[in-house]
Amino acid sequence: MSVDVRTVAERTGRTEPNPARRRRNRPRLTRVGLSVLSVALGIVIWDLVSRNYTAFFLPSPLLTWRGAVELVQDGTLWSSVNASSTRILTGWGLGVVIGVPVGLLMGCVPWLRLMLDPYIQFFRFVPPIAFVTLAIIWLGPGEASKVALIFYTTVFIVALNTLAGVLSVDELRLRAARALGASPVRTLVSVVLPSTVPHVVTGARLAMGNSFLTIVSAEIVAAQSGLGSLIWTARNYAKTEWVFVGIIALGMLGYLFDWILRMVSSRTLRRYGVTF
Amino acid sequence: MNRSGSPVSVRDVDIRFDDFVAVRQANLDIAGGEFVCLLGPSGCGKSTLLNAIAGFVKPVGGEVTCAGARVTGPDVSRGVVFQSAEALFPWLTVRQNVDFGPRMRGVGKAQRASAVDRYLAMVGLSHSADRFPGQLSGGMRQRAQLARVLANEPSVVLMDEPFGALDAQTRLVMQVELDRIWRETGATIVFVTHDIGEAILLGDRIVTMTAGPSAAIKNVYPCDLPRPRDLTDPASAALFRQLREDIGTEVARTLRAQGLDDGHDGPDARQAAGRPADEDRRTRR
Repeated sequence: MSVDVRTVAERTGRTEPNPARRRRNRPRLTRVGLSVLSVALGIVIWDLVSRNYTAFFLPSPLLTWRGAVELVQDGTLWSSVNASSTRILTGWGLGVVIGVPVGLLMGCVPWLRLMLDPYIQFFRFVPPIAFVTLAIIWLGPGEASKVALIFYTTVFIVALNTLAGVLSVDELRLRAARALGASPVRTLVSVVLPSTVPHVVTGARLAMGNSFLTIVSAEIVAAQSGLGSLIWTARNYAKTEWVFVGIIALGMLGYLFDWILRMVSSRTLRRYGVTF
Repeated sequence: MNRSGSPVSVRDVDIRFDDFVAVRQANLDIAGGEFVCLLGPSGCGKSTLLNAIAGFVKPVGGEVTCAGARVTGPDVSRGVVFQSAEALFPWLTVRQNVDFGPRMRGVGKAQRASAVDRYLAMVGLSHSADRFPGQLSGGMRQRAQLARVLANEPSVVLMDEPFGALDAQTRLVMQVELDRIWRETGATIVFVTHDIGEAILLGDRIVTMTAGPSAAIKNVYPCDLPRPRDLTDPASAALFRQLREDIGTEVARTLRAQGLDDGHDGPDARQAAGRPADEDRRTRR
């Protein structure tokens, strides 16, 4: 006689539902509704406060809206968004592509880590804005200087996060891989890299935020296009509402980029432990 | 497909971590295909000794040999099942986890697929092959670990308290299953446990160790009771008492330090004793 000796959970394949998942299922309408309400409230307060000041000091929401329409109609807003986005995505993309292997190598080759460490500790405290002048001298006032600054911002954050990921890989997994016959190189690719994915994604998100900080300063100093340039030139026309339009566009653009990043990574990288 | 496992020999092995002497002068000869249990209280160096056999830890003195060859590092001929299911790769399905070893060794695709299916069936996981480790119960994860090791067809399987983190019922089920799988594969098994009952259910020989630091092999008990074994039969019970008496002093010493006064079988004692299982963590870097 044969007896099924598996436990109930093993037979039915049922395990506890993931609590994080359950929280996510709170009615979507409520969450969206609360956000909309909050934004509406903010605009009302902004409007009430703006009544006490001149349009130059604090333009009202309506005036800002008109400014936005103006900028959309003459194409400035779109071209600014386009210019800034292109610079950010190019520099950020390059930074991620270079930063991940650098972080992996630093994590796996101790002497390389020791050699690069002083540079990293030094440049950590030098913000990209400090390099704006040098970037323009070396790379000219064109696209290259801005892309280079975004790259600089990104590559450190991504490399350091990847490094932290490598150093925190469970020793048990490395031992398991070795005992199963994986060579050091294959362990790096098949075990270490997948283990660091959540760290890489976190680094990429942080770097995206910093890229926005950097692009505005770079464009304010030297650029004929981009949201930073838009914000700066608005001053020359005493158009404070354009400054507001630029700031709001930046915020929305950043939110959009981060949202896309989160959506894509949580859809495609869930198995590596990426969840938002 | 009865293969015969390789013999393992531990000769005058000393293991030290800086100034800490973990294992002192360990000597043990394990025959091919034998099932040997290393029994002793937590922190007594049994996992460290197992890690030396695996090749994760280098002894400062003496040597470990497997099938006559000196062990210098981890090798596919010696598979390791860890206590923690963290050893599974969470981004791979059960099937991909089991396939990992053969894939790393460059085995052909068709051959790999049939080996993976065979060992998934052997551990009873065929129905969960395409699920991820995070979706499995504790017992299923340990089955997956065992299948992953077996897929490499090792001649020696090293098990480091593999059922230590499971609940009592699942544990009993897994012990019965392991006994069957061992007989099917014919591999040599070295099994670390702090559970006397588990050692009696599974071991051809039971090796007791003194409490560490400076742990040593204390006694070796042959155990040739017919399988599958029953802890309630008189011969098992007698061996249980004998073992308990023999290592009782060591167990009591360790458990007293943990604020417990009983040496075996209670789920609390088991949990408490199972917690700091990975003694050799301090070897990291």
